[in-house]
This record gives sequence, C-alpha cells and structure tokens, in this order.
Amino acid sequence: MKGIGTSGLILNEKLLFEHSAAGRKGYSLAQLDVPESTPPQELVRDEIPGFPELSEVDVVRHFTRLSTWNYGVDSGFYPLGSCTMKYNPKVNETAARLPGLAQLHPATPQSLAQGALELMHGLQGALAEISGFAALTLQPAAGSHGELTGMLMIRAWHEAQGRPRTKVLIPDTAHGTNPASAAMCGYEVVPIAGTGGVLSAARVAALMDEDVAALMVTNPNTLGLFEAEIREICAVVHARGGLVYCDGANLNALMGIARPADMGIDVMHFNLHKTFATPHGGGGPGSGPVGVTAALEPFLPKPVVVRDADNYRLDDDRPQSIGRMRSCYGNFGIMLRAYAYIREMGGAGLKRASELAVLNANYIRARLEGTFDLPYQGRSLHEVVFSDKNLANDCHTLDLAKRLIDYGYHPPTIYFPLVVHGAIMIEPTETESKEVIDAFCDAMLAIAAEAQDNPALLHAAPVRTKVQRLDETGAARKPKLKWTG
Amino acid sequence: MRYLPQTETDIREMLETIAVDDIEALFSAIPAEVRLQRPLRLPEAMAESELLSELKRLAAANADPDRYLSFLGGGAYNHFIPAVVDQLISRSEFYTAYTPYQPEISQGTLQAIFEYQTLICQLTGMDVANASLYDGASACAEAVLMAVRAARQRRKVLLSGALHPEYRETVRTYCQYLEIELVEVPFGADGITDRERLTELLDAETAAVVVGYPNFFGVVEPLADFAAVAQAAGARLVAAVAEPLALGLFKSPGELGADIVAGEGQSFGIPVSFGGPYLGFFAARDKDVRSMPGRLIGETVDRDGKRGFVLTLATREQHIRREKATSNICSNEGLCALTATVYLALLGKQGLREVAQQNYAKSAYAKEQIAALPNCSLPFAAPTFNEFVVETDAPAAVVLQRLAGERILAGIDLHRYYPQLANRLLVCVTEQNSRAQIDTLVAALAGGAA
Amino acid sequence: MEFPDELQYTEDHEWVLVEDDSVTVGITDFAQDALGDVVFVELPDVGEMVELGKPFGVVESVKAVSDIYAPVSGEVIEINAALTDEPEVVNSSPYEDAWMIKIKPSNPEEFNDLLSVDEYRALTEED
Repeated sequence: MKGIGTSGLILNEKLLFEHSAAGRKGYSLAQLDVPESTPPQELVRDEIPGFPELSEVDVVRHFTRLSTWNYGVDSGFYPLGSCTMKYNPKVNETAARLPGLAQLHPATPQSLAQGALELMHGLQGALAEISGFAALTLQPAAGSHGELTGMLMIRAWHEAQGRPRTKVLIPDTAHGTNPASAAMCGYEVVPIAGTGGVLSAARVAALMDEDVAALMVTNPNTLGLFEAEIREICAVVHARGGLVYCDGANLNALMGIARPADMGIDVMHFNLHKTFATPHGGGGPGSGPVGVTAALEPFLPKPVVVRDADNYRLDDDRPQSIGRMRSCYGNFGIMLRAYAYIREMGGAGLKRASELAVLNANYIRARLEGTFDLPYQGRSLHEVVFSDKNLANDCHTLDLAKRLIDYGYHPPTIYFPLVVHGAIMIEPTETESKEVIDAFCDAMLAIAAEAQDNPALLHAAPVRTKVQRLDETGAARKPKLKWTG
Repeated sequence: MRYLPQTETDIREMLETIAVDDIEALFSAIPAEVRLQRPLRLPEAMAESELLSELKRLAAANADPDRYLSFLGGGAYNHFIPAVVDQLISRSEFYTAYTPYQPEISQGTLQAIFEYQTLICQLTGMDVANASLYDGASACAEAVLMAVRAARQRRKVLLSGALHPEYRETVRTYCQYLEIELVEVPFGADGITDRERLTELLDAETAAVVVGYPNFFGVVEPLADFAAVAQAAGARLVAAVAEPLALGLFKSPGELGADIVAGEGQSFGIPVSFGGPYLGFFAARDKDVRSMPGRLIGETVDRDGKRGFVLTLATREQHIRREKATSNICSNEGLCALTATVYLALLGKQGLREVAQQNYAKSAYAKEQIAALPNCSLPFAAPTFNEFVVETDAPAAVVLQRLAGERILAGIDLHRYYPQLANRLLVCVTEQNSRAQIDTLVAALAGGAA
Repeated sequence: MEFPDELQYTEDHEWVLVEDDSVTVGITDFAQDALGDVVFVELPDVGEMVELGKPFGVVESVKAVSDIYAPVSGEVIEINAALTDEPEVVNSSPYEDAWMIKIKPSNPEEFNDLLSVDEYRALTEED
C-alpha cells in the first residue's frame, strides 16, 4: 500500500479525572503576603467533588499523549474544502507571545496602547486594499460572527431607509451559517437554486422584490466556481433596493486577482484563520472582520479604530452603530498573526499565494477527473468538488474518507455542498508542494482501484487509528456529555 | 517565499497536466471588468527578522508590563500562567488542527474538550456544558436567546444594571431585531441588583433574568434569592460569570439555582492580549440540552467497544438545521478551551481554592487600606471577590491619569459606563499583585488628597 | 418497503389511521429509511392544537432532522411518550410501536386530502 500512513506506537491515556490522587497538584503559589481573610461562610462552596488532582508531570504527559491522537496541518496534508488549511507560520506564534502584545490589558489607557491600535489600523487598511471596501470592523470573533455582524448592518441600513424588509435570498450551495445568521436578524430565508453550479442574474431577478433585504453569496462559491454574473446579480439586487452580502470563506482564490467591492458587493466578512494563515486551533479561535461600502460605514459595530494625525484611538461615538458584538475589540491575538502574515507576504506574495492555490486545485482536478465523477464542469478556482458516483461496490464518500486516513491524509470536506450527492470537496491551498499533491492523488486513485478490487478495505477503514468508526448513533441517543465517575 | 514550495519546474509540469498555457488561464472564469488591473498597494514583503523587529516596535509602543503596576480587571484578569500551559498548547497537533469532524484522527481535541465540558460543569454546578462560545459577552447573549427559545411564548428579559456593561450592550445588539424586550433592573446602594424592583418587573411575559456573579462591581450577588423569585414567575435565571476564578471559592451558580450559566474563561490561563481571543463558556440544565447553542462532545464506543469521543447532538447546529439552528456559531474557541483545561488540570482541586483564596485575601487587604484613606471610600458594602469600587474625591479620570503618570494602572473609570458615577473606579487585585504593589497603589491614591 | 393498506398517507411521509373519534399519526417506512438511525423524537404536549400542514414535532437522526406535519387539524389527545427513551423503534416498528400522536380532528373534511396507499406508493417511486 502506498501513502505515508503507518502504525506507530499509540499510547493509551485515561481521562484527567481518572488520574487523580488526593493531594497532588501541578501549580506553585507564592506565600500569601497579606493577612488571611475569608468571605462569610455561607457564601463559600464545599470542595468540588471529582475535580482533578495531578502533578505537573501527569498533566504534561496527559496532554502530550492526547496531542498524538490528533492530525494537524503540521502532521500532513489537510485538504478540508472551504476551510483553507494552509500552513501556519511559526514566527507569528512567537510574535503573538511578545509581552508588550500578549500582556496588554484591554482597559489600558489608549495612549499606552498605541502599538496595538496602530497594528489594528494597519490590518484594517490592508484588508480594505485587498477587498476594495471603504471601511472595516475587526470585532467579530469568527466567520459566522462576521456574518451576523454584516447582516445586522444590512438590517440597520434598511431600517434607516424606513423599510426593514423581511426576506433574504440564499443559494442552495451556501454554508449553513448563512441562513442561520440571517434568521438571527429576524429575516425569513428564501433558497435560490443555481444553474450549472452558479447563480444566474435572471433567476435572482425573478425572486427579487421590495421585501428582499439582501442576497447572500459566496464567491467563489462552495463548488469552487466563480459567480461569473456577479456584477449583473449585484445590479439586479441594487435596482430593487436590496444589498449583497458575500461570505468571504473563499477569498483565498482572489487576493490581488479581483476585489469583492469592485464586483458590487456591499458587505463581506473575512476569515483570518483561513485566508490569512492563522491557526485553526482545533476549532477556533478565528477572527471574522467585516468590510463594507461607505454607505454602510455608519452602522459598523463600536468601537472602531481610527487615526487622528499620529494618534490612534477607539471611536465610541457612533450613533447609528448596530452596537457591540462582544467584549473588547475582537480577537487581537489572531489579528496580529494575520497582520504579520500580510507583512511577510507583501502584495505580490499574496497574489502569488492565490495563483498557486488555484493551480494546486486545478492540478488535483486534472489528475482525478478521469476517475472520479465531477458533477459541475465549470473552471475550478481554489477547490474542486467530486462525487462518489464512480466508486464501485457500494463504496461511498465516507468509506473513501476513512480509507484516506489509513494512507496518512486528513480527508476532504465530505457531504458538502448539499447540492452534490456524496460530495468530496478538496481544497489543497498554496502551501503544499507538487510532491505532496501527487502522493495524495496517487492515494485517491489507489483507493478508487481498491473499491473495484477489494471494497472490504474501504468498508473496514480506518484500521491504523486509535479508535475506528465510532458509534455516533449511540452517542446521540443516550448523550454522555461529561465524566461522571 | 518560504511558504510557497512550488518550483518553476513544478509549475510548468502542473500546467501541462492541466493542459493550459499559463496560470492566468486558470482565472478565465472571472470577467475582465472585475479583475484588479494593478498590483495590490501593500508594503513590500519582509524577511522574518524584519518582521520581528516591526512587531517588537509595535509592542514597545504599548505599556511595558514589567514597568507598569496593573490593577485592571473589569472582565479581563491578570493571573499567573504556568509555563506548562503555553508549552502544551503549542503542540501543533492541537493548534494546527481544525474542528474534529473526523473523530478517528481528532481524539486528542475531542477528549480534551470532553474534559473541558466536565470541568465547566464541576465549576458551575450545572448538568451540561458546551465546547465553547466566543467570549463572555456573546455567551451571555446566546444565553438570553436560548432562554427565550426555551420559554416559547415569553419575550421579555430583565438585565441587571450591575451586569457587565459590555455584556448588556452585546445582548442588546443580538436581540435588536428579534422582538425581545430588554428591561434593565437597577442596582441598590450596596452594589447588589435591586431585588424589590426585580420582583416588580417580573411577569408572565418574562423569559429570563440575567445577573452577574460576581457582578461588574465585583460584588457576589445573592443568586439564590434571584433564582427563587425568577423561577416562581416561570422565568429562567441566567448567571453571567466574568471572573470564573471566583467559582473556586464561592458557591456555584448551579448550587444556587441558576438555569443557565454563561461566562468568560479568560482567567484560566489565557493572556489578556488586548481583549482576545478569550473563551465563552456556557452551561445549562439537562432539560434544556437540545436548545443549547454550540458544539457538544459526547462519549461513545468504537466498533471494537473502545471508549472514544465524537461531536454529538449536531442537529441543533447550523450545518444541519440551517435557519432553524439554535445558533449560527461554527468556529468556536477550541484552543482557548484547551488552554483552560490545561490550566485547571495544573491547579487542581487544591490549587484552584488557594489561588481564589489569595485573590480574595489580597483584595480584602487592599480594600482595608484604601478605606482608611481620607480621600477614598468604598461605596458598596456587599461582599466582593477580587475587585471592588472605590470612590475618590476627584473625577476618576483625573485620578487614573495621575496614577498612570506614576506607572500605575489603577483601575477602570466607571463614568465611562455609568454617567452618574463620576468619581468611582473599579480596582482589581489578583494573586499577581504583591503586598508591596498594593501599598504603592494605596500611597499613590493617598497622594491625590495633597 | 412496507405500506399497510389500511392506512392513509401524506405527501410529507406521515401515515394516518382514521378511527371513530381520533386520528393516529406516525412516519412511514420510507421516511424512517431516508432519515437513517433515529436518535430523537420531539412531540407536542397533550392538549395542544395542531393545524393541517403545520409542523407539530421533529424527528432526528445523527445528521438529519425532519419536521413532522399535522395531516389534519385538531387537538392532541395522546402522545407516545415511550419514543423519548426509545427513539430507535421509529426504525424498527414505524407503523405500530412508533405511533406518535393521536389527534381529535376538528374538521373531517380535511380527510379528503389524504393519500391512499396506492397514491403514496406512486409518490415514493417518483422520488
């Protein structure tokens, strides 16, 4: 069997709570240098039963062992479509830990936080240049938080026009966060189907009326296809008084190539943890800045970082603002990693990154499309979506995904977008070499052959992992969501 | 560029396989009118050494943490972070992974978050905790939305005026277009939410009452009373915890009858980092589990009967239920939840109590010293944890500016949030503040009388 | 796939047993098969009013969720509470053990819109 997967020594490790021995601890505390004092007894809690008691060595081994059961971008190829799992530069981790940044309290007087504010202002400027938008907020903590922020601004803009409207159009290829965010603004969601995988201006026009507040698009969309009629679509929506929101999840295809604001889009969120190389953290923290046109600028959440001559400050005096989306100013630690990435790449480097991301995806497509079914034929950008239609012998997308694990790869995104039955969504990113991609394609082709000749291998996969094919049905029927002893 | 591995030879071979002449041809689907016809106007690329110099320059333009004494709290706390925490969360198998969609190769994250959920339940005294939300303020907003969802017909929510002001603002932002009526309950002269007004405002329309524990003034609110009156009116009590270290010492919200606990986990090993990333934690009762926002990790077995962990009850979430989901959240704060798990594992049962105890004792010492000053007083009599309000004889802004000149960040000006409170500041004392530092603060505050 | 002759059906894949004073409702074999392993069933309370074509409950598998629609309007007079603890019977016994609610119908004319077994079978073959 080809591939880089092999079976190593996998260590078992109990839960923290099962390690405890009364009296152990992994923390040292300086002697109390003030008089003892305790709160009124009726307010004080009893000892917490079952709370862990471990030595420092126990804790270090525990989490080190756990880490070995994980697969990250640093372990190998991670072609999870729509998630842009590019390499996370290490210098950014060092930078985020500089004491003047990591230990800066958010309530520090602004005159003593000029470096942080300058960095935020610089990031706003860079994102504005990359996207073409007039103004930005860095406050949202993740992509879907950015969507909510953007949709609240759209609603606030309509309210200011005197008509809130009631509906939002969302393509059937959209991420689930899009309809969920629209619903949190009190909007009814109207699905809109594509033609050949993309939206047509004619279809948008047919659904567009004076009750539609906005169209939410993703461009390139989740099939990896550019919405070629985007200018016409924006014009149609604007003509009926609506606005266009763009899910910026796939911006990695467009840096230095085309700018969403130039297409007619009014609002877009960025995913700094996708396009701008900040680590995904096992599920966050992310950061989801939102860019807007000048017309929407008054509605940005507050505070906004502004510059007056040589002084940076947080502007709170914004009467039309939608308000505050969270505490403080956003995920500063993530912003600074993204800022570092942009400074290290420069404008030309960012454009090159998008070009190579698109090259890599098209190369995978070229190598696999003779074997795997490609339901939408349009020109792929940064990702490509196959289906499991050509897999033989009752082998499905899930089996392929699990078999890829045996070969040493993280599987692609599976069963999304919903418009493709058995979808296999592959996004290689620009940080993978031709050798890595070739080896992955070889594995995909080998698995397709296995499905033909020995389907049991797919149905049994994975066989080299610590656990295999977990019982998700049982987990959902009788949820056990914490350790209970 | 060291992050872009393709050589010119690689690129040529790949283009041949794709059967196009150049990279430009791959972008043919993008109409010329929307193509950017000029280079991006961004600064030139920097080498790693230049980049570090630039970031150090920016860091140096901020207050140097070694040269300033800090008594800042107000939702972000300066606690000691053991070296182990950063070493472990820097394992890149953790931080370069994503959401554990493939459980076979994500058991590290999954087990750690299952442990996190357990720790949050133990701390809060609740039945079930999710895998994290963004921060305390947005977690509080999600708690309000969940309470309204679970209450079905009720659309009114009472917010304590002593709840963290940024939490109140965030709740307002989230609720503004959802036909939810938000009513503020004033706080009394002792810094506690006004129980009488609260009781008057509760009615058959009320879905929830939200109270800080401790509240924004550091006051440990009598939560059990509020739970009783809220529940008697058929409403849920939401406890919002901005400083969860307090739960190492004070009774848990669950024990006091809270229905939902939402809070900020930054205190548990996460640097203050100018406001984020932080950690929204969220816990509820079993009966409400299917109304909860966010991801949940559950224990199960694999096909050989071995214990393992998976994402579960996902039908609540946006990727399945779309516009009917319990929240739009997707990425949460996974690495911050891991950080808190490592931190709490290190502290353990004893360490947690000792650190909380020291915060209380040091804060009590500071209160006593400040109360003895002729120009300062402590306006709120109620018990506090590690922060408290000081009233001075001058506007707080003036006092704070003067002390900043002496390299003391003495606290937060309450006037910013409460226009009626001009001369009050919020002072926070943690285990990081030595007696000598506290004495320096007290002496500097006293200097204001001269 | 099994579709008992004595039952009537809806386009949303509910089955309906019409008796003298009540209408019993569940989901069909086709529906349970499409959903996969059922992990949760949410039903209304006894006494609630349901309306023709409006959702009255939810049935969930691990990765799918489906509303259950009222085939007729009326008052809920009984629910199958056992489904809370044993949702798996929706898969193993959709027509018997996994009945979901009984409705006291308020408008018998609505019965005219229900599908016969042959009509329903034809519908499932189209899908």
